[in-house]
Amino acid sequence: MSQEIQIQTMAELAAKGEKPEVLFWVGCIGSFDDRAKKVTRAFARILNAANVKFAVLANEESCTGDPARRAGNEFLFQMQALQNITVLNGYGITRIVTTCPHCFNVMKNEYPVLGGHYEVMHHSQFINQLLKEGRIKVEGGSFQGQQITYHDPCYLGRGNGEYEAPREVLRSLDTALVEMKRSKEKALCCGAGGAQMWKEAEPGNKEVNVERSEEAVGTGAKIVAVACNFCNTMLTDGVKHQGKEAEVQVKDIAELIAEANKL
Amino acid sequence: MNIGAVIFILVLAAAVWWFTRNVRRIRRNILLGREEVINDRKAERWATMARVALGQSKMVVRPVAGILHILVYAGFVIINIEVLEIIIDGIFGTHRVFSFLGGFYSFLIGSFEVLAILTWLACAIFLIRRFILRIPRFWSREMTEWPRTDAGLILTFEILLMSAFLLMNAADHTLQGMGAEHYVKAGAFPVSAVLASWLGMAGMEPSTLIGIERFCWWFHIVGILGFLNYLPYSKHFHILLAFPNVWYSKLRPKTQMDHMPRITAEVQSMMDPSIPPPAPPAEPANGFPPEHFGAKDVFDLSWKSLMDAYTCTECGRCTSVCPANITGKLLSPRKIVMDTRDRLEEVGKVLDKNNGKWVDDGKDLFSRITDEELWACTTCNACTQACPVNIDPVHIILDLRRYLVMEESKPRQELNAMFTTIENNGAAWAYGPDKRMDWVKE
Repeated sequence: MSQEIQIQTMAELAAKGEKPEVLFWVGCIGSFDDRAKKVTRAFARILNAANVKFAVLANEESCTGDPARRAGNEFLFQMQALQNITVLNGYGITRIVTTCPHCFNVMKNEYPVLGGHYEVMHHSQFINQLLKEGRIKVEGGSFQGQQITYHDPCYLGRGNGEYEAPREVLRSLDTALVEMKRSKEKALCCGAGGAQMWKEAEPGNKEVNVERSEEAVGTGAKIVAVACNFCNTMLTDGVKHQGKEAEVQVKDIAELIAEANKL
Repeated sequence: MNIGAVIFILVLAAAVWWFTRNVRRIRRNILLGREEVINDRKAERWATMARVALGQSKMVVRPVAGILHILVYAGFVIINIEVLEIIIDGIFGTHRVFSFLGGFYSFLIGSFEVLAILTWLACAIFLIRRFILRIPRFWSREMTEWPRTDAGLILTFEILLMSAFLLMNAADHTLQGMGAEHYVKAGAFPVSAVLASWLGMAGMEPSTLIGIERFCWWFHIVGILGFLNYLPYSKHFHILLAFPNVWYSKLRPKTQMDHMPRITAEVQSMMDPSIPPPAPPAEPANGFPPEHFGAKDVFDLSWKSLMDAYTCTECGRCTSVCPANITGKLLSPRKIVMDTRDRLEEVGKVLDKNNGKWVDDGKDLFSRITDEELWACTTCNACTQACPVNIDPVHIILDLRRYLVMEESKPRQELNAMFTTIENNGAAWAYGPDKRMDWVKE
């Protein structure tokens, strides 16, 4: 975990008259949340290891507007979206990868009608592609045979039909994937979506993240793999709520790949 | 023409007239919704309809209910072929007019009988599941007295119709064996023959049997026509709307929200003063309320959401997979859809009373749906995935949230804070753009 991360901003690349292979959209949570920042670093290291020429927008990146839109504030969403589209189009961006299924969904599905047309990929898809193309290999067998369960993010799975890419990435680790009873189309939400992340849950008799992490812990897996920083936060809290944090780890698939390769 | 035929024609005409009237009323109500053009990807729409509505693909996700439902559904669709014969016999005073089909006719009647008994059994099991085993999704909060009665009536009705059909055949079959006048030897009676021997019909007087046969014939057909006219007042209307509702369902990614072009025009003019602000929407005629940002009442929802509302059969699969509902929150996607339908019916009655003009009754969707329900949704789309007829409760919830926030400025307080940070920092958390690269440092 010592390698220096090589990173360029779009402004730097553009000054040299160069274009990246892909823009890495870091997202707010990936930029500011301490737990999520580790995932961002892990993914950047994977990109470095695969020699992917990528760039970030740095201070030119702004919230996609997703939480505002889900919370009903269409004005704010469209202001954010139109601003971002101006920046992205200004740099002539055509391909975007992000570790956030919410940014992924919004940019892939909701930006086109506002003039932003990009090929948008979720990092699980991107890593899977790098593995398939042989640009990265999983070395060592640090996770061989380990029981891992995978929690589908709603905005990646049900929302956009991507159930396989993250599972293929996990299989590349030679792990033993144990599915929860509610998985894929039937996966239970972590509780953060629809702007819930920014508010107290409405009154009820249980927290959604507790319900879900009980199910994850119930599989007996020692690693709960996630592919969304919001799910990561929610399930980490849920595992702690059960006092299981010493036995069960919640990790993003990017972290698992980086760890296996000692990046 | 005999008196029976005259009565039959009158009953049939009245039933068709009343049903058509109600279907037109429902159609009018659905079209009160906001315009949304849905006519893309036609081949995919037909395929989806064939798979989901005709093929019941999402029903069998829960095998017990799914397979029983397929029996009732197949029974219903196929036995209706029999209704054609009954109608012709009724009008022309014939008896078993299709019997000239010979072996094929026997095959038809035989398979109707098998389906009838399977439907009978499936309905009985449904009644047991609902009222004796009391499966929780049939007893949750929104399943008030009428929805529960409605379900019970439908199942009881179907059992009675199937019983009449089988009893009619049992008597007919026995009469055929006796060589009674009028009762031509035709058909195969694998179920009713057994029923006839159980009831000892062979020992009955021909006149009694004719009485049973005639009574059941009339009960069956008048029952079917009555049931037809019950549909528009019942959740059972889904048997008709399931098909168009699936055809028109959302093919885009589930998490893709509806675009609001009017807001784009406003935002563009805010960002670039040389673009004039958009003209306000035209004042609607006939006293209808002006267009809102988001949905305050049924007029503001897409017509597709209103069709969703009339299509719902209250099975509760949506609610049983809803993370908010599972964890004891107030939100139930089924209730949102039922509330929308009930409000729409209420609006329709106001229009009926005022010759199609809208007179504000001081109520709207928020008279039924609380903020607490709306803010519990995680937009996870488990409900839309679970719905066997592709109803989209999330669409309604998000349209209502849009109204709450953009017109009433009534989000949850913490969400206001999130809006402000996005406005000020371009981030959903209170960090400035200069902190965007801090992640690189350990």
